[in-house]
Amino acid sequence: MKMDKSITLNRRSLLLSAGGAIAITSSPILAMADEADLERARRDLFGDLPIREGRVTVKLPPIAENGYSVPLSVTVDSPMSADDYVQRVAIFSPRNPLPNIAQFHFTPRAGKAFVSTRIRMSGTQSIQAVAEMSDGSLWSGSMQTLVTLAACVVL
Amino acid sequence: MASIRLAVPETANQGDVIEIKALIQHEMESGFRRGSRGEAIPRDIITTFECTYNGKQIFSAEFYPAIAANPILTFHTIATENGTLVFTWRDQNGQIWSDEAAIEVT
Amino acid sequence: MIRAGLLLVLALAPGCGRADQTPSEKTLEKDDIRSGYTFLTADTQALQDDDFANPGLLWVDRGQALFQSTAESEASCASCHANGLQGVAARYPALDTASGALLNLEGRINSCRTEHQGLPSLAYESDQLLALTAYVAEQSAGMPADVQTSGAANAAYQQGRDYFLTRRGQFNLSCQQCHTENWGKQLRGDTLSQGHGNGFPAYRLEWQSLGSLQRRLRDCDTGVRAEPLPYGSETYIALELYLAGRSQGLDLESPAVRR
Repeated sequence: MKMDKSITLNRRSLLLSAGGAIAITSSPILAMADEADLERARRDLFGDLPIREGRVTVKLPPIAENGYSVPLSVTVDSPMSADDYVQRVAIFSPRNPLPNIAQFHFTPRAGKAFVSTRIRMSGTQSIQAVAEMSDGSLWSGSMQTLVTLAACVVL
Repeated sequence: MASIRLAVPETANQGDVIEIKALIQHEMESGFRRGSRGEAIPRDIITTFECTYNGKQIFSAEFYPAIAANPILTFHTIATENGTLVFTWRDQNGQIWSDEAAIEVT
Repeated sequence: MIRAGLLLVLALAPGCGRADQTPSEKTLEKDDIRSGYTFLTADTQALQDDDFANPGLLWVDRGQALFQSTAESEASCASCHANGLQGVAARYPALDTASGALLNLEGRINSCRTEHQGLPSLAYESDQLLALTAYVAEQSAGMPADVQTSGAANAAYQQGRDYFLTRRGQFNLSCQQCHTENWGKQLRGDTLSQGHGNGFPAYRLEWQSLGSLQRRLRDCDTGVRAEPLPYGSETYIALELYLAGRSQGLDLESPAVRR
């Protein structure tokens, strides 16, 4: 009985570690960023000013077809007038190997505070956008997307 | 020579907010992938993009490895005058790609 | 999810199908035929439909420039094919009348280069060959596949068919088992498609690039843990012919966008 238990435990832990190993080798990520990295990246770009949630809409599909190419758009609620406009928008990831994704610079000549592109996402996460206004205030928005592995994973 | 595609309206009314798209062929090798023998594939990405309208910068961007391959951007500008929009991409090694499109503003 | 996937694999595991007997072919109902496009998310379908942003068009553009170019050879492609090549890709793979060999689009482009332009063959997945193939294939977009599978081409068609029906790899699965018998069902997070090649060369998000049907077939074989055949293998070209015939006149879509 004692023998059986220890064998069962060993097999389970072996399977778990094998499963874990498979999960790690199947992912192209070498090092994962964590929340601390994201905060540092945000601080590097925007200093210590408080960031308020709002005015920034991040749009991503609810499920990504493939993590290598996910359509992203960011819209900021702003008149984009000569004295009230969005200066820049930075996009961050809490889970990718690097927290920075991109930074975009606008002028009042933009007419619209909008940008869209395609990004890479290493797993299910919420992508965050931080906008700096012409008056120096900071606003943010975010959205979550599910990212799954392909069925026939070619490692 | 990387393929480049630009979408800029040929004509616009003055004051119109026009949509601009710029797409360039580039692998944007993230630097996080491994080859079939486990060797690290070095990073090789476009790092900056700039669009000017008659010489004045109207939009610019910094790219990190999480920008997808064959990067595309959609942004806007106000059609102010006849002229040329110049699009410039620069990679981490300083290599430059550039293309331009003319616009007629009435 | 994983449990369901495992059950599917176990259900398909050896019970019938001895190694020396090719199982019988099951045909897709004509009314059921669906392109891989219909298995994509709305965003990806929109990307394929986008006349500007479809990334495959970057290769079509380059292919168009190469087609006209006399930089390498005074006999540019356009010098013979001044009127373009509409409808050509829809008829491929096809037998080369001179040599009797079955050629896919890549093979035909390379034979044109070596025999009529004095130029070397291009390697599979090289930027140039992808560009030229994409340019030629795009000119048949919207046209139904229209390949010869009988007569002199029948031997190759049967060869492709046999490959499609044969179990292979560590997973011991045949193409038919997933793509004819179980299309529409879930395999982990994906829905199984019918495995048509009508979108190729296609921009596969997984590749982050445009790629050939042969590249996809190699990925399929790797996917069931079988040894992929080399690029340009006669068996794969025969399989391409079988796939085109099996699609029963499905419209071509190159450059498609696929996962």
